[in-house]
Amino acid sequence: MDPERRGDLEEFRASTRAWLEAHCPSAMRTPARSADDDVWGGRAPVFPNEDARVWLERMAAKGWTAPTWPREYGGAGLSRDEARVLDEEQRRLGCRMALKSFGVWMLGPVLLEYGTEEQKRTFLPPTARGEIRWCQGYSEPSAGSDLASLQTRAVLDGDSYVVDGQKVWTSHADKADWMFCLVRTDAAAPKHEGISFLLIDMRSPGVSARPIRLISGASPFCEAFFDGVRVPASQLVGTLNGGWKVAKALLEHERALISKMRDAAFGEDEPLESVAKRYLGTDDGVLADALLRDRIAQAGMDSLCNSLTLRRSAETMRAGRPPGHETSMFKLYGTELNKRRFELLVEIEGYRGVGAEGSDVSAEELASTRAWLRSRANSIEGGSSEIQLNIIARRVLGLPE
Amino acid sequence: MSAGNTPVSLVLTEDQESIRRVARDYVQRSMPTTHLRALRDADDALGYAPACWSELAGLGVAGMVFPESVGGVGLGFAELGVVLEECGRTLAPTPIVSTVVLAGGAIALGGSEAQRQQWLPGVCAGERVLALAHDEGTRHARYRVATRAEPVAGGFRITGEKTFVLDGHGAEALVVVARVDGAVGDRTGLALFVVPASSPGVAVTRTPTVDSRNVARVRFDGVVVGVDAALGAPGDAADVLDRVLDRGAIALGAEMLGGALEAFERTVAYLKTRKQFGVPIGSFQALKHRAAQLFCEVELSRSVVLAALRAIDAGGPDVPVLAAAAKARTSDTFVRVAAEAIQMHGGIGVTDELDIGLFYKRAKVAAMTLGDGAHHRDRFARLHGY
Repeated sequence: MDPERRGDLEEFRASTRAWLEAHCPSAMRTPARSADDDVWGGRAPVFPNEDARVWLERMAAKGWTAPTWPREYGGAGLSRDEARVLDEEQRRLGCRMALKSFGVWMLGPVLLEYGTEEQKRTFLPPTARGEIRWCQGYSEPSAGSDLASLQTRAVLDGDSYVVDGQKVWTSHADKADWMFCLVRTDAAAPKHEGISFLLIDMRSPGVSARPIRLISGASPFCEAFFDGVRVPASQLVGTLNGGWKVAKALLEHERALISKMRDAAFGEDEPLESVAKRYLGTDDGVLADALLRDRIAQAGMDSLCNSLTLRRSAETMRAGRPPGHETSMFKLYGTELNKRRFELLVEIEGYRGVGAEGSDVSAEELASTRAWLRSRANSIEGGSSEIQLNIIARRVLGLPE
Repeated sequence: MSAGNTPVSLVLTEDQESIRRVARDYVQRSMPTTHLRALRDADDALGYAPACWSELAGLGVAGMVFPESVGGVGLGFAELGVVLEECGRTLAPTPIVSTVVLAGGAIALGGSEAQRQQWLPGVCAGERVLALAHDEGTRHARYRVATRAEPVAGGFRITGEKTFVLDGHGAEALVVVARVDGAVGDRTGLALFVVPASSPGVAVTRTPTVDSRNVARVRFDGVVVGVDAALGAPGDAADVLDRVLDRGAIALGAEMLGGALEAFERTVAYLKTRKQFGVPIGSFQALKHRAAQLFCEVELSRSVVLAALRAIDAGGPDVPVLAAAAKARTSDTFVRVAAEAIQMHGGIGVTDELDIGLFYKRAKVAAMTLGDGAHHRDRFARLHGY
């Protein structure tokens, strides 16, 4: 980076820090206690307290809920470097995320690339302000890893598409206002060439959603049903039957998000070795169980190496060199690592790691049990590990189909 | 866990990229795998070619990490690591680890100015090959030193036997780890001495290894040295020894990274060309997925090696942890990649005609050298207090 840009960046850092210190309410600088503290926005937003509402309003007014989007669409027009500084400064202060939003993380970037001017003006500013809560209508009962075999149909009737079918694993579908949804618009075409990308208002007649209970208990995942739902043709993103390209671009953003969140989660949790010391005890300063100790060290090293690789990838991009198709690697490795970590955690806790509600285990133990069961989904959602391996083999290594 | 506390970029600078080009050019031209085969087939006692070492020294490799005051180039381990990675790609045997990193490192870190001036200019010029005589058992163990150094008038008398001394055969002098106090396994009571190989009572025996490198057993049978042979205060050498072994582990990790990359790339190329059942075998998911997994392991290895090399140069407190992580990971990854390379090549993979077997043999030996994966996981755990 040239010195002038570096200087500008340091100036930006100083002003960002000052603004955050002045405007982030003190209650928003404490760690979130549970998922109930998350702010997802929407038509009927739920805030854990007044400070959370104020914090979202202030951040949205700055365009900092979607910092890299252009100003005219509700963003702040920040460069990648500036957005990173904003991120670092929020982390330094311990700021809670003002808004969690699939619209900001996943839909926005593809709408900026593929959306019409009208779609951008209609959907992006309210999404950045947290006024639209989005859900992702991708997977179906018969279309998981083979996503392109999806069967939810949309037939053009006048100036509307009529949508019939079912989606599954749709996070927060029961609470979302809108869905970005993959539909089949040409049943005769090869499977990748008959898919379109539609934006669907969840209040439309014929839409229903219900939550799914998982092995870990309650979950944000839902099934969503479409029964003769009319969707204005103006809500088609990209070209008719050209939705797969949009869908894949969005998946890249999703994978980057999942691996980033996994990496962040590692930083927050108590290190395995410190949990292990409490449960297993030490012998001359060394963990009493030699085999678990070896596996904990392996997990610790792998986590370190994964973090270093994320850092190297970010630095490579900042240095203006082309990144590889690394999101698949990070999605794969990050989620497998996370599963391994929770397996170890439960093994360290022993009998107390497998207690169910109503037993005498502590709230922390019960939470770790739930997190362990929940982690099994990490290597399935957002493209299974096997799909990531396929992508690496094909796009990175160039192995033949 | 923090991602290391050395805020240095993990991306190669333009200067480092050009060092890579020079090193690659030289190594590919003068020391391809046929070079190793020729040394092996001639049963060459040194296991490396002095002429090549001299040329590499001329390119600044031998003096790369040493300051100009002793005839060095004044660059760092980030640069030397790039060279080692390129050497790893062709299995090029050089005394970099033995002479520059281990023995030279001990003199640079533990020696007096006079000792540095005595030994290091010759190292930088590629004229002096030295070796670190440390291990004694059948595996690497940092403080398992039984070799004794007893005080005698004007110096010490050293008695003991060392195994797996890298480039020990033909080394002009040995940096010996001996004990002036304490019991085997104690971190205290260790001492380092520079002992010319020609000293009375020193017996060097070549012990050939499957990777065709130069490894020796060295006996010290009441070898008398003067007090001026000691690097630092005898009894307090553990700090220097730790730093030297960490650097050695990281340097060897850089070489192993190169070997793993090369074995992996050759295998991916083979998967694309070898046909069975009428199609390239790389189209089979059973092989594709394993190749993709290896790719991830190699990329993670690259990151930790780069971070560890840079941590040495930055003098960061994270060097020991990164050394353990880098050596454990490159040891396990190189062995796994090379073993998979053989399996994916099929029958030809176990022939001497193909190079892949050479990579596997080097992987196993390099993994054991200076501590394997299990050794460094133990160390990683200890460094984290568990």
